[in-house]
Amino acid sequence: MTFTFLILAVIILGSALAAALRPNLIHCALLLVVSWLGVAGFYLWAGAEFVAFAQVLVYVGALSMVVLFAVLLTRQSRAELRVDAPETRRAVWAVIAGVAVSGVIGAAVFATKWDPAPVTAPEVTVRGLGLELMGAHAAALLLLGVLLTAALLGAVVLAAPDRPEKEEKS
Amino acid sequence: MSPLQGCLLLSAALFSVGLVIALARSNAILVLLGIELMLNAANLNFIAFWRFHSGAAPATGVIFVLFAIAVAAAEAAVGLALVIALYRHQKNLRLQEATRLRG
Repeated sequence: MTFTFLILAVIILGSALAAALRPNLIHCALLLVVSWLGVAGFYLWAGAEFVAFAQVLVYVGALSMVVLFAVLLTRQSRAELRVDAPETRRAVWAVIAGVAVSGVIGAAVFATKWDPAPVTAPEVTVRGLGLELMGAHAAALLLLGVLLTAALLGAVVLAAPDRPEKEEKS
Repeated sequence: MSPLQGCLLLSAALFSVGLVIALARSNAILVLLGIELMLNAANLNFIAFWRFHSGAAPATGVIFVLFAIAVAAAEAAVGLALVIALYRHQKNLRLQEATRLRG
């Protein structure tokens, strides 16, 4: 339990909580980007550098851009960026559900007897990861490529405007 | 409190915040971001067990997280396309009003 870990936890949870409370959509999105950066910092702290860089590339780099595009494409005026506050009844039940879930998980964490942690992080090099991905996990990697392609095509089909009948026939 | 317990508690708290966002907010984009937050909490758990728990092969946790990140990216792309389609049909993103398919 180091000082760095506590600071990272405060960044991650603080920005996520702030995002849950802000009324402005863009503020929420940017605060969640800060939270993802904090998670990348956690990966660095835990010794998984490659995952940290992947997290920065995918979440902080790509996903945040896609989210901001979606925010900007789906508004008509400046006023619409303010999402209305959640209804009180739903918000109360949501908080009750969240506290219950974290309570159950926390109780389970404290009730379990864990083995003592290994002193050093497992040794993983980028070269080793590449060999592992192309060797033992090659089939999964190929399937993942198919999945990403299918998701991309599906996203294009879903987001493209419906063409009128005439155009399709010509 | 051991480091593993700290990481697991952090991940549980992050998961709960994501759950609260997904349940309480009525904007479709925010619900999607809450789900992303929950996925991140799961990834955090993978790395915590990889680092602070012995037993698995050295690279297993890292590879697990890489695959999870890739699947999450695909999910986010499709989800945001759905958000845009929803906006085109009803001109706003309030999920309470997206009831056209209600039985």
